[in-house]
Amino acid sequence: MKKILYFSLIAAAFAGCQPEFNDAVNETGFYDNGEADFSTYVSVGNSLTAGYTDGAVFRFGQTNSFPNIMATQFAHAGGGEFTQPLVDDNIGGLLAGGQQIADARRVIQYSADGSPTPVILDGTPTTDITNIVAGPYNNMGVPGAKSYHLLVNGYGNIGNFPAAANPYYIRMASTPDASVIQDAVAMNPTFFTLFIGSNDILGYATSGGTGIDQTGNQNVASYGSNDITDPTVFAGVYNQLLQALTANGAKGAVASLPEVKAVPFLTTVPYNAIPLDAATAAYLNQSYAQYNGAIQQFRLLNAITEEEAAQRTISFSAGQNAVVIMDEDLTDLSAYSVPNLRQATAADFIPLPVSSVLGTLADPNDPTSVIGVGVPLNDGQVLTETEAITVDNARMAYNATIEALASNYDLAFVDIYDLITQLSTTGVQYDGGTLTSTYATGGAFSLDGVHPTARGYAVVANTFIHAINDKYGSSVPDVNPGTYPTLYVE
Amino acid sequence: MKKIYISAIFMLVAVLAHAGGFRVALQGQKQLAMGHTGVAVVNSPEVAFFNPAGMSFLNKKFSVSIGTNLIFSNISFQNEQYGWYEEANNPVVTPFSVYATYQLNEWATVGIAVYTPYGSSVEYDKNWAGSHLVNDISLKAIFFQPTLSIKFNDRFSIGGGPIYANGSVNFNRNLDRATTNTEGERLNVTIDQTGISAWGYTLGMMFKPTTNITLGANYRSKIAMKAEGGEADFQNIPSNLQGQFSDGTFDAELPLPAELTVGASYEIADKWLIAFDYNRVFWDAYKALDVKFSNGLESINPRNYKNSSVYRFGLQYKANERFVLRGGYYFDESPVQAGYFAPETPRNDSNNFTCGFSFNISERFAIDASFLYVHFDEIDASYDYYQENGSNVPFGGTYKNNAFIPGIGVTYGF
Repeated sequence: MKKILYFSLIAAAFAGCQPEFNDAVNETGFYDNGEADFSTYVSVGNSLTAGYTDGAVFRFGQTNSFPNIMATQFAHAGGGEFTQPLVDDNIGGLLAGGQQIADARRVIQYSADGSPTPVILDGTPTTDITNIVAGPYNNMGVPGAKSYHLLVNGYGNIGNFPAAANPYYIRMASTPDASVIQDAVAMNPTFFTLFIGSNDILGYATSGGTGIDQTGNQNVASYGSNDITDPTVFAGVYNQLLQALTANGAKGAVASLPEVKAVPFLTTVPYNAIPLDAATAAYLNQSYAQYNGAIQQFRLLNAITEEEAAQRTISFSAGQNAVVIMDEDLTDLSAYSVPNLRQATAADFIPLPVSSVLGTLADPNDPTSVIGVGVPLNDGQVLTETEAITVDNARMAYNATIEALASNYDLAFVDIYDLITQLSTTGVQYDGGTLTSTYATGGAFSLDGVHPTARGYAVVANTFIHAINDKYGSSVPDVNPGTYPTLYVE
Repeated sequence: MKKIYISAIFMLVAVLAHAGGFRVALQGQKQLAMGHTGVAVVNSPEVAFFNPAGMSFLNKKFSVSIGTNLIFSNISFQNEQYGWYEEANNPVVTPFSVYATYQLNEWATVGIAVYTPYGSSVEYDKNWAGSHLVNDISLKAIFFQPTLSIKFNDRFSIGGGPIYANGSVNFNRNLDRATTNTEGERLNVTIDQTGISAWGYTLGMMFKPTTNITLGANYRSKIAMKAEGGEADFQNIPSNLQGQFSDGTFDAELPLPAELTVGASYEIADKWLIAFDYNRVFWDAYKALDVKFSNGLESINPRNYKNSSVYRFGLQYKANERFVLRGGYYFDESPVQAGYFAPETPRNDSNNFTCGFSFNISERFAIDASFLYVHFDEIDASYDYYQENGSNVPFGGTYKNNAFIPGIGVTYGF
């Protein structure tokens, strides 16, 4: 018996003789935290911080949120636990008292002929916002939040839903009348990231510019959901957020906002999406002859410029043709029964959902009612060049604020604008190829066309990590984007 | 003599190269304790493995030897760029050997050898950083070798026999580095087959130019283990991809390479025995581990092993009638070439230290014990031939391995 004991002791001794590296990555001090203290990391932001992907928040998506990825790497340099308001399933979507209020995630489905199609996952969401999982959490990313929402007390009060409360924050708020920033500060962060502001322009852009540019109006109570936040309001809010987050001396990183028109939601449907043969083109030119004639008359009357007349002249030819759109920024000639029509150019952006109606018949019984040809795309179906410039002006103002405040508060500035621009131009290299912003196949953007894939979030996390290492002299290791998934097949 | 000794050690140190693949050199406790030398050592029926010709010179009419080892092998892996750290949880494996010899007459000796010269048992954490190459693998092969040795005279003998090999494989890995189903579970495949059989042979000769000196040579042929129609089980496959990744069967081939050994031993004053062996293992037979699935998928995994050498040195000292003490060292070159360092057999060159003893309970009966410590220096290495979207995606970092292998056996003879 004793022999057996000795023998198993020897066995245990051998099994415990794990070879040790001269410099082991899991030993304290291998990676340096520099001047930063990662022990309590709190991330503040919107859907991009929450790990929203494929049009939903679901558990595995939250696991791959960029703050959670970063927290995993921070753990190498003194980082501590990182909590997230995990939802109940991998289906995504939300219920409110049993009523579905948000769609399940999008996934790829293969049709019978083998072609992949994005569809809503077949499943009923189980996460009900009335089941409060009171925070605060390390990840205070609240999908849908605009900059100023983070300061609003009661943004998580179900009594204010849906008008003035956020379903995601209702679920995770520490108390109904807390604000997101109060909850974030209550975590006593030693390090934070703030990535907010995209929703201050995104709704305007994805709705095809149906909202109002509120630049000059500082009364946020009067804002609609698709409006552009006044840059002065944005600057004031951002300053308050940073004041709160740095009050106890925490260090952190702030991120610039990507150009909305660089995301596949707006770049996938081409402006010249209409293929025509010569005969049809001739027929259509005939149909628009009267409109074109009217435009020439108004030009001669100097009611419109030469330039606008050229812009408004509808012309088709064999091959790919630009879609016909309504543009409210053209000179209003409706008094003369002349609509605000023109053909789109490469400077106009057609939102992704329009692809499902473009080219179909507005009236099934009228073969001339092809949407985008006989029937123009309406205001909500296109982000015109003028509207796109409006969005970009706001974005540039916000980013100037973010960069200036980063400097004022001596924080790391993370250029996510630059990253997304790279994705939409040259692509971003990783060891398994190149990530681009091409819809579905590019690897960086999920099926909702706005939010990154897990792999995209990994690249975002690396961008943060690099900026943080540069700023604070830390040596937090990268993640390998190639080990994060992109699309999910049902 | 001393001069030779020193220059031999110098040679060992001077040769730079690499170890073992999935060769498990534990074919007898007595010889293992002597650095696994034995092509020119006539100590026990273990010689049926080391050099069948040596059976002729055993001084017992009948002898049998059985033994087993416990392999505690450890692998540490890390990657500084990404902060990856992994310790494999390798199961303890127990290779064994059974040898029996019987002297039919003055010139013929027959024997049977059953041993397990190849195998691998590696288990990483499921979904670790290298899971697209291997999650876990278990390879086993048992050799059955009926053996005949012919003695021409008191100086020279030959021996040999056919080898029947019976093996099994169980191997799991993820299909790629990232893809999951909608639940976040990684797509993976297990291949499994038992009862894979193949044939080979062993041939040896032994020559004793003087009463003190023994020379030996042994050749063991390559044995190609072909798995055909084994079970392939694809897991966590999304329902829309079931057609593409349907369960079914697989075919694969794993060569167990040929090995040539030459060596010499020198006996000093009846008490001391010094032995040198040189193994040349023809690993270049191991070009790739390609797996063809019945669903049409193919997994291409270049290995491109190169031939490798093992330099062995052993010493035996008969302390008294009861005790025989042994010690040894060998340097084992890795057959793995740069860029082909796959985590399922992450072996670089190793320095191996052995010791052991026999305790003679009686004239007939002895207990044999051995201990082997396998030391690998830490090495920065990668496997560069995993492909994604048509381009190679290297996987690597720093590996550090070791193994502790105690063994016990008994020898009986008259």
